[in-house]
Amino acid sequence: MEIMNDEKPRIILTEHKVVNNFPTGPTVFDEHFEVKKFKKKLQIVIVRHDHLEMEFDLIGIHPFLANTFRRLMLSDVPTMAIDQVHILNNTSIIQDEVLAHRLGLIPIRADPRLFENKADAGGPVQEKETLEFELKIKCNKDSSKKDSSRAEDMYKNSNVYSKHIKWVPIGNQKSKFKESDVGPIHPDILIAKMRPGHEMDLKLFASKSNGKDHAKFSPVATAFYRLLPEIKIVKQVEGEAAYRLQKCFSPGVISVRTEGDKKYAVVNKNHARYDTSSRNVFRYEDLKDTVVMSKVQDHFIFTIESVGALPPEAIFKEAINILKDKCFSLLTELNS
Amino acid sequence: MSVAQLAGSEASNDSSKTFVFQNEGHTLGNALRGIISSYPDVQFCGYTVPHPAENKMHFRIQMYQGKAVDALKRGLNDITKVCDVILDKFDQEFTSFNENKVEVQ
Repeated sequence: MEIMNDEKPRIILTEHKVVNNFPTGPTVFDEHFEVKKFKKKLQIVIVRHDHLEMEFDLIGIHPFLANTFRRLMLSDVPTMAIDQVHILNNTSIIQDEVLAHRLGLIPIRADPRLFENKADAGGPVQEKETLEFELKIKCNKDSSKKDSSRAEDMYKNSNVYSKHIKWVPIGNQKSKFKESDVGPIHPDILIAKMRPGHEMDLKLFASKSNGKDHAKFSPVATAFYRLLPEIKIVKQVEGEAAYRLQKCFSPGVISVRTEGDKKYAVVNKNHARYDTSSRNVFRYEDLKDTVVMSKVQDHFIFTIESVGALPPEAIFKEAINILKDKCFSLLTELNS
Repeated sequence: MSVAQLAGSEASNDSSKTFVFQNEGHTLGNALRGIISSYPDVQFCGYTVPHPAENKMHFRIQMYQGKAVDALKRGLNDITKVCDVILDKFDQEFTSFNENKVEVQ
């Protein structure tokens, strides 16, 4: 185990328990908090990013901070969601309350930063806090295709999809937003199935709130962090054993290198971070002492999966701003 | 009002206090606890959410010396600074990440 005693704080995964290493220097766990030191230690590495998903590393922070950011992203960052449904007519077989609930769960595209929280739940509809939509659809017989018995061919509008929800601008909203800025994020969410004679006429009102209020307001599908796993081969593993070792870890973590007629296992640095840390190696008597598995305790791999209303980097930044605002307002209150 | 001092906690003693936060929970409580308990002049710092159905968080600070309120203010200040540091760094890394991505393509 002495091999893992470097400057990083680690936990070492042994066969039946988890032990700590003895870091050679002071770590985030035994220091007095100072902003200067924090600034020096903090490292951020962005690993992967697209419009819905991102992965980045926060290195040199305390777990309580990592967890605070995760909690903030899940339940404090606001988005818009359908919150009230006025049912003018609903003759479909899906009950009013079930329909209203289904509609509420549809992710809505709208930048929540441009809206305000609803001040009065029963109050009048205001353009700065509400988005209004309309869902007006009727199922009819379609006589154009005679010899088909598929519901889609026999009837018009037999399936109600989220794309049928139409935005109704209130007041100045028409000049403020484009048609493509607001509406359901996914066009193909099935809301209900209808048959000739069935009809829906609904008014939908989306308002701004956060995940604490209802999970439909959460901006993320998931936001989570993991500790960085590190795997070290301490005794060379050759031949057939190398392939066996490779199979003990997640795909890509261990590669088998060939040198002349010798084959030996090496850790693939870029992929070791995706190891699931299963302890399959300990099933083999001859392999269990050849590797040391550890996790770096101040290295957090964050993964943010956005629902689509906000890009993932904006969700993280919003979360931090919310924490800052909380502290600010508490400070002003304490100082007054 | 979102911060109050718990009634019945020794009024004469400025160094030990329980603060009651309305509409706060583990999110702020744990972050604040972590930072404040690492200060050398703090003897004890802890928080609790007394009942999950009540939107309240009790926050206790006991000091070796100095006022408990000052430690709380310092803690809140430090969190705002931490936020600024992370935001700056994140923005910096994010722009450089995107620049590199364009170069690769």
